[in-house]
Amino acid sequence: MSTSTIVFENVSKFYGEVLGVNRVHLSIPSGITSLVGPNGSGKTTLMNLVTGLLQPTEGRVRVLGISPGNPEKLFRRLGYCTQYDAFPKGATGRSFITSYLRFHGMDDSRGKELAERALERVGLVDAASRKVAGYSKGMRQRIKLAQATAHEPDVLVLDEPLNGLDPMARAEMIALFQELAQAGRHLIISSHILHEVDLISDQVILLNEGYVVAEGNIQGVRSEMDDRPLQIMIRCDNPAVLASRVFGLDSVVEARIHDDGGGLLVSTKDPGRFFLMLNKVVLDCNLKIEAVSPADDDVHAVYQYLIGNEGEKP
Amino acid sequence: MNQLWLRQITAVARLEVVKNLFALRAAPLYLLAAMPIFVVGLLYVAMTFGEGPSELETAGGTALFFAILYQFILRFVIYIGCVWIFMNLFRGEVLDRSLHYYFLSPIRREVLVVGKFVSGWLTAVLLFLGSTLVTMFLLYANLMRGPELGQLMSYAGVTVLACLGYGAVFLVIGLFLRNPIVPALLIWLWEQINPFLPALLKKISVIFYLQSMLPLRVKDGPFAVIADPVPAWLAVPGLLAFTALVLVAAGMRIRHMEIAYGSD
Repeated sequence: MSTSTIVFENVSKFYGEVLGVNRVHLSIPSGITSLVGPNGSGKTTLMNLVTGLLQPTEGRVRVLGISPGNPEKLFRRLGYCTQYDAFPKGATGRSFITSYLRFHGMDDSRGKELAERALERVGLVDAASRKVAGYSKGMRQRIKLAQATAHEPDVLVLDEPLNGLDPMARAEMIALFQELAQAGRHLIISSHILHEVDLISDQVILLNEGYVVAEGNIQGVRSEMDDRPLQIMIRCDNPAVLASRVFGLDSVVEARIHDDGGGLLVSTKDPGRFFLMLNKVVLDCNLKIEAVSPADDDVHAVYQYLIGNEGEKP
Repeated sequence: MNQLWLRQITAVARLEVVKNLFALRAAPLYLLAAMPIFVVGLLYVAMTFGEGPSELETAGGTALFFAILYQFILRFVIYIGCVWIFMNLFRGEVLDRSLHYYFLSPIRREVLVVGKFVSGWLTAVLLFLGSTLVTMFLLYANLMRGPELGQLMSYAGVTVLACLGYGAVFLVIGLFLRNPIVPALLIWLWEQINPFLPALLKKISVIFYLQSMLPLRVKDGPFAVIADPVPAWLAVPGLLAFTALVLVAAGMRIRHMEIAYGSD
């Protein structure tokens, strides 16, 4: 059993007769892993299974070799920022974190030191003495993040961590996640905002109706979808000429001039052959190419292909 | 206190006692604890300003306090107080959707049960032992000497053990059942009819063991079934063993408990 990855072995979870997740096999390495899927796809179920809030109906989960049924070991190395928006009654921002750190057996001075560090990390030092009940949605989100990270865990599980944050705070949190990932930590993040997932993820896990429909590096996932033509954006000085030449190629399914008139969007089922032909066309027509880039190897496109229209409003 | 689990129990109890005593949910507890004091205050006023010799200045004061403690404090105030405190230890957290904070801590769930139970017991003892002592003091302060001082220790002991026994029962009911009100009512009825039950059935109750430790013999009327009381040396460890057993059952239950607020 690996002690450096988070492993799901044939995990299923049913709520009575309702499927939560089914036959999940995953091995999640360090870095940022995003869980993507529509509502009810099983993202939160997976997170709750990792943290022991739920127990699998079948299969088993191990987090760095530790069973989620062993909280005294697990939560020394794992922090979970849940979607639940309730807090212990009467708690202030600071007491919310320090009381949690006391459960680790820390004395008050060590607890206060770590709590202050966590509060600084999320920019809530000034509001730390106020009651959490009076916090805004964004502040509540940040104090939950502070609590989840206060004991400096190796694994962070974050359920919609950017919800309710303003753009500045979002950027700060994304930078924090990237910093933590670069330090070798595991971050499992669920998010509805696909362009942010694209921006921060080292790998993605796409879920739909309780099943893992794809996992891995997003470009890798896209390249394996060979039933879908790859879209390529070619920015050049004369897209109309380029369009007239490539349209006749066997490997091209579709060619469309971009709305801004500065590029051509080509769909091809055989990218290798297409790129060879493209070189020839460019030389023949003396075109000036500014950029050639895949146009549908991001999370949004893959999501659309695999999950469909629900992807527009996941 | 170097053991981690002891520090964790202390941390949980510290947090919970504050919540139990100072949250809005604690208001009914203060009212309950004040009820015997209020009743005795009224009696005091009536007897002080009434005609004839005050019963409080005679041996009748002892019997009167015994009746108040047995019939009112033990069978009503402490019972209802323990229902409120101990059923809310976990049930209240589920309703508030905050139990997951404990479940996401590096605490064995069995240790959490003990920490919560200790907090509930401390809360109940603080409120109801305090209430019992103040009531006793008000009722016959002038008799607080000689044998009555010894009775004070008995009453205090019975109050503390009542909080323990009833606390254990309602902690486990709050963990196993979604709606604990009906079982709480049924158990209350069972405790009330205890004097009229056959000797064997009498023993399946908390009040039977508490009676053994009271300084005076309980008189339950002409229809009561007479049964030999359990000696105190057996009743006290018996209640402690019962509490330990119930905590083990609660620990087993919570080990497999999942967070599913949506269904509550």
